[in-house]
Amino acid sequence: MDLNYTPEQEAFRNEVRQFLQDNLPADIRERVQKSLRPDKAMTERWQKILFDKGWGASTWPQEFGGPGWSPIEQLIFEEECALAGAPRQLDFGLRMVAPVIMTFGNDEQKERFLPGILSGEDWWCQGYSEPGSGSDLASLRTSAKLEGDHYVVNGQKTWTTLGQHADWIFCLVRTSTEGKPQQGISFLLIDMNNPGIEVRPIIMLDGEHEINEVYFDNVKVPAENLIGEENQGWTYAKFLLGHERTGLANVGQWKALMKRLKQVATEEQDGQRPLIENTRFRDRLAQLDAELRALELTVLRVLTDKRGPGPQASILKIRGSEIGQRLFEMLMEATGQDAIAHIPDALELDYTGPRVGSGDATPAAGDYFNMRKLSIFGGSNEIQRNIIAQLVLGL
Amino acid sequence: MNFDLTEEQQMLNDSLRRFVTNELGFERRAEVIASGKGTDPTTWAALAEMGLLGFTFPEEYDGLGGNAVDTMVVMENFGRGLVVEPYLATVVLAGGLIRDQGSAAQKAEILPAIASGERLLAFAHSEPGARYNLSQVNTKAEANGDQYRISGAKTAVLSGGQAQQLIVSARTSGARSDEQGLSLFLVDTAAEGVTINDFATHDGHRTAEIQFSNVAVSTSQLVGRLDNAFPAIEKAVDLGIAALCAEAVGAMEAMNAATLDYIKTRKQFGVAIGKFQVLQHRMADMFIQTEQARSMAILAATEADSDQRAQRRAALSMAKTLVGQAARYVGQEGVQLHGGMGVTDEMFAAHLFKRLTLINLLFGDADHHLAQVSDGLLAASA
Repeated sequence: MDLNYTPEQEAFRNEVRQFLQDNLPADIRERVQKSLRPDKAMTERWQKILFDKGWGASTWPQEFGGPGWSPIEQLIFEEECALAGAPRQLDFGLRMVAPVIMTFGNDEQKERFLPGILSGEDWWCQGYSEPGSGSDLASLRTSAKLEGDHYVVNGQKTWTTLGQHADWIFCLVRTSTEGKPQQGISFLLIDMNNPGIEVRPIIMLDGEHEINEVYFDNVKVPAENLIGEENQGWTYAKFLLGHERTGLANVGQWKALMKRLKQVATEEQDGQRPLIENTRFRDRLAQLDAELRALELTVLRVLTDKRGPGPQASILKIRGSEIGQRLFEMLMEATGQDAIAHIPDALELDYTGPRVGSGDATPAAGDYFNMRKLSIFGGSNEIQRNIIAQLVLGL
Repeated sequence: MNFDLTEEQQMLNDSLRRFVTNELGFERRAEVIASGKGTDPTTWAALAEMGLLGFTFPEEYDGLGGNAVDTMVVMENFGRGLVVEPYLATVVLAGGLIRDQGSAAQKAEILPAIASGERLLAFAHSEPGARYNLSQVNTKAEANGDQYRISGAKTAVLSGGQAQQLIVSARTSGARSDEQGLSLFLVDTAAEGVTINDFATHDGHRTAEIQFSNVAVSTSQLVGRLDNAFPAIEKAVDLGIAALCAEAVGAMEAMNAATLDYIKTRKQFGVAIGKFQVLQHRMADMFIQTEQARSMAILAATEADSDQRAQRRAALSMAKTLVGQAARYVGQEGVQLHGGMGVTDEMFAAHLFKRLTLINLLFGDADHHLAQVSDGLLAASA
């Protein structure tokens, strides 16, 4: 048992850090560190820089153009990226649909889809949830009927994150109503430029356009876009959820945020003293710091477990989201009443107008509101507890 | 970075688990507790036979040269079976102090005696009113020729009534709360002027309140450096905290297993109560808490042997905070999910709850250690 990184891992960390120092554009860094409004071009530009370096997909094996890093190296990479102020890469392609294509797709599909995901040329979104199918995902009704060499898709998806930018959507669709609901689901890749697709924005409680509804009206999808076998989609979806949960711990990002929160607490004033001298605030910060350390060690335990991530990964999603939400909540509390003003324009990099309090206060409340999503998406934390109860505890 | 036990540790884990399950069951445990002796000679001899009583001592003193991770493996198994032997007091605390601070003569005399099981020791440090403050020591040792005379009172001396020798902290200079001016002495419990009140604890262990009235000790009984014992005291306490964290994880694991078993078999409204989602989620939360505590017990064990004081103490405080909180949570929930049975003496869960509760109170509760972490944040911001 040894909790130290090896000299090779430390050298790797330095290499990543150096690369980030040399290659992360200052405007992108500033945008991320000030928690300003994300921007499609920024995400694409950063993906291209990483791609050119050969680091476009930290979790991919070399076979598909990834760097072939170990889980620990992936974690180090993520952590250094977050600490440096790099934007989050787009999970939907890199970490969600790609592993499904690699594992269950055929050779043509791998050749056709993986390069565009890696380079960032293709922007992917996820078509799982429907208005009537949230936690009970298997009840989904968007249908795909095979007619000759193509499927005809009808229905509606919702909560489609960043779907307004997407070139592709990976969908769970109903191809059969026989048997249990899980048995009639298929995994289909759909070009967003197809006629019959309409994307409508859903404005979130922070006033931002991040999620969408996607409508399908007799959309023709070539049959070769089906992943694996018809009616086996639920198996692939469960596989993907396992991947998602491991990533959802977000340890690197939360460590960077914790560092920022500590900094904010030394800068914000509480009367004649810095906020960090307020014992009640600081004790809660200490509690969160300890919980984050426990999460980090638990992630490392899961990542180094030779048996691979099992249902235990649900712990990571629950704890990762709870800790993330509290970090954003404390950031808001740290800025106090300065956080009450809602100034959407101030979330742009070139904003020079009036604001209230420090730059930290500007996005604080909006971020807090927005991050309530963390315990809801990717399988709500209640669903995660069901998974633990059923799959781990056998209840 | 790896979290694997070595092959030896894994073998020890397996055999210790069998030993505790087969030889130290619930009824046997009750007999040992009822004897009031605080230890069972047969069990203690068996632990000596396995090499566990000298596990972390150097080989030249009949030990196995182990470290705090080895202790973690032992204590986790003890926690799982609620073993009531004086392992923490004798081997981890006193044994660790002699190993780290003792003179060659002291090590040669005492460590083999502990390892063979023939001698019990205890660490007499806490004082009434000091709470968890480690430097608050009023017991005085006054130099008198080639002797010291010790006077004062010690509280919460784990297994103090069973020990043949005590390691006693006393002030040889400085004021009441100074870190400087503390020294450690070996004192025979049979020495003149030592008065021991031995008590049962709620969880089946033993504790003692001890008075020292002008107790004479020779300079050869000084353990470690005169006036400079404080870092050694901190280190001993940290080793104790790491051991308790591991024991708590074992006890939480046992509580989860017992509770899971109970809610799978207990029927109400025509079904096993484990079918109710409200109980499933609470059980899931107990599991989550336990896994977080396990991560922190691992952190504690890997840091406890370190001589980098600040980093070690910070890690141990973080660990004891979360383990203490988890122990409380899992203990209380375990009892609640057992329903009426949970508050009866016949249920193992009730005894696990009591041990988990007391572990939080030993060597600093969650509040105390959270304050340490918090003060660390303030220091780091300056």
